[in-house]
Amino acid sequence: MARILPYRRPHPETQPRYLHSPYASTIKRAPAKPPVYLPQTLSEITGPSFPNVVTDIKATDLTRQHHGDPLGERIIVSGRVIDEDGRPLRQALIEIWQANAAGRYLHESDQHQAPLDPNFTGCGHALTDNEGKYRFVTVRPGAYPWGNHHNAWRPAHIHFSVFGPAFATRLVTQMYFSGDPLLPFDPIFNCTADEGARNRLISVFDWETTIPSQALGYRFDIVMSGREATPMER
Amino acid sequence: MSSNATTSQTIGPFFSIGMCRSIKQNLADANVSGERVNIEGRVLDGDRQPVPDAILEIWQANSHGKYAHPEDDQDKPREANFTGYGRIPTNIEGKFHFTTIKPGQVPDPDGKLQAPHIVVSVFARGLLRRLVTRIYFPDEPANDSDFALKLVEPSRRGTLIAKKVAGGVGVLEWNLILQGSDETVFFDCGL
Repeated sequence: MARILPYRRPHPETQPRYLHSPYASTIKRAPAKPPVYLPQTLSEITGPSFPNVVTDIKATDLTRQHHGDPLGERIIVSGRVIDEDGRPLRQALIEIWQANAAGRYLHESDQHQAPLDPNFTGCGHALTDNEGKYRFVTVRPGAYPWGNHHNAWRPAHIHFSVFGPAFATRLVTQMYFSGDPLLPFDPIFNCTADEGARNRLISVFDWETTIPSQALGYRFDIVMSGREATPMER
Repeated sequence: MSSNATTSQTIGPFFSIGMCRSIKQNLADANVSGERVNIEGRVLDGDRQPVPDAILEIWQANSHGKYAHPEDDQDKPREANFTGYGRIPTNIEGKFHFTTIKPGQVPDPDGKLQAPHIVVSVFARGLLRRLVTRIYFPDEPANDSDFALKLVEPSRRGTLIAKKVAGGVGVLEWNLILQGSDETVFFDCGL
């Protein structure tokens, strides 16, 4: 009989709980009952793959999706997608979305009084290479106000959606910037109890990927669940 | 080297900029084998208000009970035109719908067959992590012995089973209630 090799469960406190009342939208959306523990089966250790996704220059360079250049500070965001044992994950689909340099999203629900940029959509995608590496060119997103509490501002961030090898490893997260003065006050960034886990959402300024006279480099590595050491019979 | 998986964060309210490039609500192209089903429903919060900014991702086997994934080594046919993956947003009324085929059965941890099911990830503004649930099918004898359904207290199992819609051929209703006395059963199956 074939064997199931499950993916590891998250370490306690390194992932947010559903109810985090400082983030008001969790109050009516967090389930009240605890989730039912489910051993992983073939349904969970398999998952979608995206071999036919086109990752051309427009997909990975968010500054080249329109006729003109977007406003703002040009940045390179790159890193690796690896598992908890440090193994690179190849052909992992990454999707990103973000506000423009003024802190405005190209979205009808965003009514923030900051200008849209006709040369910036704020959407990109990439597949990791054989070493698990990815690279985007974009502009640094602005901070923006939101209605969570009085004088609430989200720190600058880029949303990341990542498909790992299996349904059990699916991850959506946000990348932040070091030194952002809003980080200590943001209920979404601070929703995770473990400080080390939280801080790994902050990208690191990187001379190695900085391009002289063009763009500053930021490195953001993404870690996906690794596998259990011992297989289960299925 | 070993480190913990990256911390999850909410998709927020503006995810359509990045995720709606690849909406997939019809998984059943004409040449895919199997019984076609249209599954529709609503996502509701703890006040029974619609959740207009949610997105579901589904994953399922083909009609033979085979996943389009290299680790499914069962001796069953693959179908080139069936990926088993869908991505379905809710609308302003919290409604969603998708078309697929009823999946075949796949093994449970003891090697017995699970009842046909679709696994679902739920993302939304206000969800700091995804929620994971399953959709089962009505009038399915295998539901009674399904290992995952048996992990759920009997009074709550119905939240996982889609219902027939009167007069709708091949139409099933399955609602997702995030919170409350009849809240949907969610599973802890990993991240």
